[in-house]
Amino acid sequence: MNDTDIDVNAPVKTAPRTGRAGTMLRLLWADKLAFGAAVFVIVIVLCATIGPAVLADAASGTNLRLRNAAPFSMEHGPLYILGGDALGRPLLARIIVAAQNTMMIAAGAVVASLLIGGFLGLVAGYVGRMTGEVIMRLADVIMSFPSLLLAVIVLYMLQASIANLILVLAITRIPVYLRTTRAEVLEVRERMFVKAAQVMGASSRRIVFRHILPVILPTLLTIATLDFAFVMLAESALSFLGIGIQAPEITWGLMVSQGRQYLTSAWWLAFWPGLVIVLTTMSLNLLSSWMRIALNPTQRWRLEIGGKSNG
Amino acid sequence: MGNHLLEVRDLSVRFHTAQGMVNAVNGISWHLDRGETLAILGESGSGKSVSASAIMNLIDTPPGEITAGQILFDGVDLLQAAPEMRRRTNGKRISMIFQDPLSHLNPVYPVGWQIAETALAHGWTKTAAYDRALSLMARVGIPDPQAALSKYPHEFSGGQRQRLMIAMALMLKPEILIADEPTTALDVTVQAEVLSLLEELKAETGMGLVLITHDLGVVADAADRAVVMEGGRIVEAGTPHDLYHSPKHPYTQKLLAAAPGKGVMRTAGKLAPPILEVHDLKKSYGAFEALRQVGFDLHAGETLAVVGESGSGKSTIARLVLRLEEATSGQVLWKGEDLLAKSPKEMAKLRRQLQMVFQDPTQSLNPHMTVFEIISEGWAIHRDILPKSQWRARVAELLEQVGLSAAHAMRAPHQFSGGQRQRIAIARALALEPEVIICDEAVSALDVSIQKQVIDLLGDLRDRLGIAFLFIAHDLPLVRDFADRILVMQKGEIVEQGTVHQIFDAAQHPYTQRLLYAGLDADPDVQAERRRKRRMLERA
Repeated sequence: MNDTDIDVNAPVKTAPRTGRAGTMLRLLWADKLAFGAAVFVIVIVLCATIGPAVLADAASGTNLRLRNAAPFSMEHGPLYILGGDALGRPLLARIIVAAQNTMMIAAGAVVASLLIGGFLGLVAGYVGRMTGEVIMRLADVIMSFPSLLLAVIVLYMLQASIANLILVLAITRIPVYLRTTRAEVLEVRERMFVKAAQVMGASSRRIVFRHILPVILPTLLTIATLDFAFVMLAESALSFLGIGIQAPEITWGLMVSQGRQYLTSAWWLAFWPGLVIVLTTMSLNLLSSWMRIALNPTQRWRLEIGGKSNG
Repeated sequence: MGNHLLEVRDLSVRFHTAQGMVNAVNGISWHLDRGETLAILGESGSGKSVSASAIMNLIDTPPGEITAGQILFDGVDLLQAAPEMRRRTNGKRISMIFQDPLSHLNPVYPVGWQIAETALAHGWTKTAAYDRALSLMARVGIPDPQAALSKYPHEFSGGQRQRLMIAMALMLKPEILIADEPTTALDVTVQAEVLSLLEELKAETGMGLVLITHDLGVVADAADRAVVMEGGRIVEAGTPHDLYHSPKHPYTQKLLAAAPGKGVMRTAGKLAPPILEVHDLKKSYGAFEALRQVGFDLHAGETLAVVGESGSGKSTIARLVLRLEEATSGQVLWKGEDLLAKSPKEMAKLRRQLQMVFQDPTQSLNPHMTVFEIISEGWAIHRDILPKSQWRARVAELLEQVGLSAAHAMRAPHQFSGGQRQRIAIARALALEPEVIICDEAVSALDVSIQKQVIDLLGDLRDRLGIAFLFIAHDLPLVRDFADRILVMQKGEIVEQGTVHQIFDAAQHPYTQRLLYAGLDADPDVQAERRRKRRMLERA
């Protein structure tokens, strides 16, 4: 960039103002992979919200003649296109219905741990050494405890319900956000623009939320999407142990673990829910990596010029 | 033609970037003979380093692409040569030193090993390599070279590290040494020493020296010939003497006009009462005293320059006064009230009267905010300055005041050049209507011509708005036309203070004198005279 002349009258090179949402949509369209991912996530969310209301009966209706019915056949109706499970229930319907529980648990746990861990991390990183130390040692205590063991103990004492499951999973994931946030805060707080805000007399709250948080948020969101998959699998492990979600309630993780014993004879029982877990995680990942660029003004041009962005 | 040691002919290099194809250099030609120093002078983005990278095969392809030209070294076109042959040429026959020696030394190996490694890699025996390393370290002026062999890079000062890099580069007696901004990161006094060392070594070994720099002073001090680059082209070539006394190209003329230290010195009028009084300010980090017993006054509307080399404690003063760090002891009286005794809440209120402009605007402007948000943030913090309905109009007004336009308000900082960003930072400081602005090396990260523009802007604001400046700099010539009074600092102490006239015309303290003679002047004749005086001072 050549500095020598300052062209005061250069035209302002921003797109016509279509509003924030419009800009975001345009940026999303520019990255086709992220766009596809967004569509998939929307479909999953739709399944989760209206699926149980429409398909609850179909999903629990057993039909022993169709036990482990093979997939890719339309002769028993479209719901059996992915095959039937060990009790002859249509897999497609079950996956759609299970989306609600799965999403609720995963999103609940991830959001709760993100909020709590992120907040504690901001405090630990910015406030003072003593407070920071106390918070960090608490995180160490949680981390030194095998998370599954913690979950087993808590869920034996409490009732195995969706709310408790969210609580347990959230607690075990808090340290991840806490430690990342604190480390990033310690770095960002030394940056010059934070000092500049201090010189202007900005309050700690303003510095933390206005200057530090926007810088570290993309990192946290990226971890959150990765954690989504982890939480889904952890939930299925707990369900498998019999302390998570119990039949007749269903989640994708539970479907995978139930289908595992038939893996050699009827692979589709575990495969389809497994595939949905993988696709959901991957979509969230693509979205988060798109978001990391779209939220960063210095990187946004990568999307604006089109071309590769997830490189 | 034809018998030069190194000749670059019609070289064109372009880079594929997000903004499309950028022609970094466009058909440039220069040559270098044995025992000669060629300076390549240019500002950032002029392409001055690109030809050196092409010689050393350091251009990554892609995104770079050498589209045309030849590089003849001893008659052989390096661009056509086999990779194996170029590898053998690099380091052995042509070597290079860089701006920042710390990032080019590996922190986990002792320096003796690193210097010897070049020779070991080219098949020397261990004893021979270490013997040569030892003698070179003695030659480049490392104290106690035997012990220094087993020390690590962090145990040396910046100037010594650059000397180590030079020793490393000279290990295999190269025929050409390319120095890319070798002294930019160094203090003025150290810079002068390193340049003298390069000069001596060139005379001893008869190698050719390519000196890439942005500094007219370096050219005047060390070069036999110079080429001036702008926007990827060589606009002018000649001896430093000709370039200085009869520049032909408008760009060269502009560069020369921008060189600091040429204007009229300010004569201080009657001093207003002091608004900021600093008494016995002290700061220590453990046993290390960064600042000992510093005291000075700043009067309303006056410009006080604080000049010193790195480690002199000049920036510490700024941080202590603004309470970005807590002082160990002392008093900072702001209109009679001690700032150091204020509670954080009281301090937050007072801050609007004392603003700061930082060294690097790239880092001091939040990349996630627009220019409008950056400038108006102060009003969001101090609600009583301006009602929200007037923010937009006032931001526009401020932008115009610093030489930008109202239309820039909705852009993000990264869409501006370095000089423009510093203007935004100045607008941000002005938004709070402060009485004092502290500039911590506010122009040292900028190109010479931009430096001048920003200094002129600050001078203009001072005259129009009556703002007092505490201007921290490492370079005396820079403050000559701008400041009213100067404090010279060394090792945490003020060694001399006085008006600009007193400091520049009759400096008393030997350190001030050394600083003055170490500064590089763009005029080769003046520079030769300074060099002579410096030598005398060294011997004395």
